[in-house]
Amino acid sequence: MRRYRYSLILLRELVRTDFKIRYQNSFLGYVWSLLRPLLLFVILYLVFTKFLKVGDNVPHYPVYLLLGLLFWNFFVEVTSGSVTAIVGKGDLIRKINFPKYIIILSSLCSGLINLSLTSVVIVIFMIVGHVPVSWQALLLIPLVLELIVIALTMAFFLSTAFVRFRDVSYIWEVTIQAAFYATPILYPLSRIPHSFAKFLILNPFAQVIQDSRYVLITHSTETISTIYGGDRWIWAIPIGLTCVLAVITSTYFRRRSKSFAEEV
Amino acid sequence: MEDDVVIKVENVYKDFILPHQRAGTVKGVFTSMFSKATRKNETLHALKDISFEIKKGEFFGIVGRNGSGKSTLLKILAGIYQPTKGKISTYGKLVPFIELGVGFNPELSGRDNVYLNGAVLGFSKKEVGAMYEDIVSFAELSRFMDQKLKNYSSGMQVRLAFSMAVRANADILLIDEVLAVGDANFQRKCFKYFKTLKRNKKTVVFVSHDMSAVREYCDRAMLIEDNMAIEIGPTDKIAQKYLRLFMEDNVSENDKDQAKDRWGDQAISVDNVEAQVADNLINIKVKVKCNKDFQRPIVGFRIRDAAGLEVTGSNTKQEKLVLPDLTKGKIITVNWQLPNILSDGEYDVDIALQYPDEVTVADWWDGATKLVIKKNRRLPYSIDPGFKVVVD
Repeated sequence: MRRYRYSLILLRELVRTDFKIRYQNSFLGYVWSLLRPLLLFVILYLVFTKFLKVGDNVPHYPVYLLLGLLFWNFFVEVTSGSVTAIVGKGDLIRKINFPKYIIILSSLCSGLINLSLTSVVIVIFMIVGHVPVSWQALLLIPLVLELIVIALTMAFFLSTAFVRFRDVSYIWEVTIQAAFYATPILYPLSRIPHSFAKFLILNPFAQVIQDSRYVLITHSTETISTIYGGDRWIWAIPIGLTCVLAVITSTYFRRRSKSFAEEV
Repeated sequence: MEDDVVIKVENVYKDFILPHQRAGTVKGVFTSMFSKATRKNETLHALKDISFEIKKGEFFGIVGRNGSGKSTLLKILAGIYQPTKGKISTYGKLVPFIELGVGFNPELSGRDNVYLNGAVLGFSKKEVGAMYEDIVSFAELSRFMDQKLKNYSSGMQVRLAFSMAVRANADILLIDEVLAVGDANFQRKCFKYFKTLKRNKKTVVFVSHDMSAVREYCDRAMLIEDNMAIEIGPTDKIAQKYLRLFMEDNVSENDKDQAKDRWGDQAISVDNVEAQVADNLINIKVKVKCNKDFQRPIVGFRIRDAAGLEVTGSNTKQEKLVLPDLTKGKIITVNWQLPNILSDGEYDVDIALQYPDEVTVADWWDGATKLVIKKNRRLPYSIDPGFKVVVD
């Protein structure tokens, strides 16, 4: 119990410090972390509805796009923030003993705070756009949990690998660019060849985004179950993949964390 | 196991793998896979087979030379490093002070840093808030708390860190010698804190080079040399043994490069030095040989203890004694006599022959001879003038 008390105290203080450091000396301060994804949204919205007309046949496309972008933004924030997190806290690791997962959790917390604040904007958009809300929206809770697990899984892996291989940060930078387009964030899955869509949707992150859109915004969203013709068992693949990877990467993290103090 | 053992270390080994060419990138891994030269790793045995127990309320010293493995051991006790082999058990809340002000961030204000360091020490925001005023006034920094830490002087930073550290509420404290840095005023505060710890029956593991501090505070000590625990026992014995390590070294060093310990133009030179010790008198006999005509030479001496600390000394000018001018080939003998108020141990005697300006050196000889005092009573201090105790 005492161990967790210490972890909690330290976690709170790390998140707080992170916040203060990140936004000091900037005029708008914290507003930027909300403004950044929203400005990106405005740009993408203009490009994809006014010029490319990608979202024309999707009802409530602005909200649909915004939800995808904010989830993506959360994922990028947590994973990219974690890559250098362990090495960045080397000073602390070398001088006191504390559960190292706290460092990753503090990245997660920063991401979650931003996600919850930006989701206020989604609610506003939904009210303005008259999006009907049903009880199904509650399914968002397990979906966000899955999203958190996916982000943590990557964060554990990346931060640990970075301790030994500094190339990881560059590789991840490129990977995340590619992943942005490989995930149906901007485009509806109906716009790409069916066989290709079948493959893309197996990505747990794609599954989470599509399912979230389905339960919250519009039932015309292509989810994993509609693409595979109503086969409910197909969910086992992305969810199973998430679980297996989560176990593997967290074990990897835990094993290696014992020697972080010597290596960072 | 008895209840009162709070730290138990059993056959602990620690190896560090030091890659000669660290493969810090993926390319590095590939290239080193194919070239044998860069794949060699060197194993550093930082600790070998260390075992000891510390009881509740004990003040335990760890002494040893640089690189002997003291700090590694402390980090293993703190749980920062994992032992390669062996077992460590600690009972009770443990707070390590490898460094003061762990977690301090120069970009944050003093106030924020108090909360941050407080969290590192295990205090919640509420708990830090409750003692915030005390911390600030103890550090004497009330006016500066809203400034960024990077604008603090290093003395101010240490003061703030220290006033946090003394709040640490732990059963076991691991203190590295870094705690004893700073000016005299700060050191006094530190030692006062140590006394408080002792009074409150805290268990303390103290790593230090400062034998007088170890003697004064530690109940027991351990000497680490060449990464092994050479001896564990009463502080006095360990401290003596530690100092002797340096003596052995100094002897061999003297043989190697005497030139380093002796310099000057040799216009006059020390021919021979003898130190005679009687029960209440020390006589240092300096034979000076004149190689060139020399006017009004100054002959001085200095006594240093085993740790290199200067105990006392003087020269003929100080004593208002003008020595006669010397002609080439002449030899004079100067006897320095002083009451034997030194405590037991070995001392170095340095001799200096100087020109009348007291700056230009004719012959300076560090460690010209040794002085061995044996009164068969131990004091943890250099001076033992003999005491009379009167009870009214």
